Amino acid sequence: MYRFTYHQPVTLNDAVQLASSTEDGSYLAGGMTLLPTMKFRLANPSDLIDLGGVEELRGIAEEDGRLRIGASSTHAEVAASALVADRMPALAELAGRIGDPAVRNRGTIGGSIANADPAADYPAALLALDAEVITNQRTIAAADFFTGFFSTALAPGELVTAVRFATPAQAAYQKAPNPASRFALVGVFVARHADGVRVAVTGAGPCAARYPAFEAALDASFTPEAAAGVPVEDAGLTSDLHASAAYRAHLIGIMAKRAVAAC
Amino acid sequence: MATDQSASITFRVNGKDVEGHAEPRTLLVDFLRDTLRLTGTHIGCDTSQCGACVVHLDGIAVKSCSVLAVQAAGREVHTIEGLADADGSLHPMQEAFRQHHGLQCGFCTPGMVMTAIELAQSAEPLTPERVREGLEGNICRCTGYHNIVQAVLAGATAMRQ
Repeated sequence: MYRFTYHQPVTLNDAVQLASSTEDGSYLAGGMTLLPTMKFRLANPSDLIDLGGVEELRGIAEEDGRLRIGASSTHAEVAASALVADRMPALAELAGRIGDPAVRNRGTIGGSIANADPAADYPAALLALDAEVITNQRTIAAADFFTGFFSTALAPGELVTAVRFATPAQAAYQKAPNPASRFALVGVFVARHADGVRVAVTGAGPCAARYPAFEAALDASFTPEAAAGVPVEDAGLTSDLHASAAYRAHLIGIMAKRAVAAC
Repeated sequence: MATDQSASITFRVNGKDVEGHAEPRTLLVDFLRDTLRLTGTHIGCDTSQCGACVVHLDGIAVKSCSVLAVQAAGREVHTIEGLADADGSLHPMQEAFRQHHGLQCGFCTPGMVMTAIELAQSAEPLTPERVREGLEGNICRCTGYHNIVQAVLAGATAMRQ
């Protein structure tokens, strides 16, 4: 790991100030991606601004009919939250299947979405649960947040402070995990809202995306069979050593069908 | 605080206050092993996957290869060395690994035991399936997991008595 300067602010304001005053600083949330990346010397921030002491980024609460999850909430905290389990159990289950227990004890929702790994689980949930990403500057709709491969709408120094989810009538998430990393080869989040069904897929392409053909089919008939009947093109999907694009396309249909059955 | 230089950090390890110098980039596992000479915590993969380096930070199981030493400052760390009593009698989870032969070469065992103790402390009753899920972040390359699962179930039962 290259040398860096370590900062431990205790307020949001100080954290943001530090980020703007450093040459090439990076926020440090749970560190489950950033620290291993730095160990490989694939990242070389001049400064690390550790968010662990910033109380304003913590907490899970209901707010204006939405569920607000503070950016520093760990996957373990989301998985164990009685409020999340009551309002959207699919989200608690998703959080409880990220990585492994020690990773869930450190990794955070804010860190995960800011990193925008194409195979991370949370992005599918944000898209299907019509989430808003709250930053220190503004509110960003999930649809506008994920912009590509490891890319988000966040400006330099902009910090995710919370995510606010719309409560669905029914929802479920199903994934085919990579057996080594537990990242999603393909993960499908299905959520039925008053204004229609949302289906979001992660792991299959450069970034999580909604699948309108599934949404239309499930709006017409919310059944596993309807999901299974939707054709999926493999054009544009990821092919790598873990799975071919054709296999990922196949898995999208399977996971969508299972998610609907689990609703 | 802001530093890129080696600085003194203080925290509690296995119930004792300890102090040592570490750069910000020093990993907790390296600090434990190289500075404190607590070499029971192992480095297996160094890529956050194998779990041989699991310790408890404020009672929570973490991979100490993916935590900075400075992040443990002022906090409580428990390692495998702190489990047995002063007279050498083993922690119930260690004893269960011995009784059920939950190890072969033993390299992964410290991490397995530390993860298993957190798992045993969860409110839900343990089943073989839950134990296997709970050990997803701990990799054993020699015994296979059957005896480890048996050991964790027995150790959890013993811890509750």
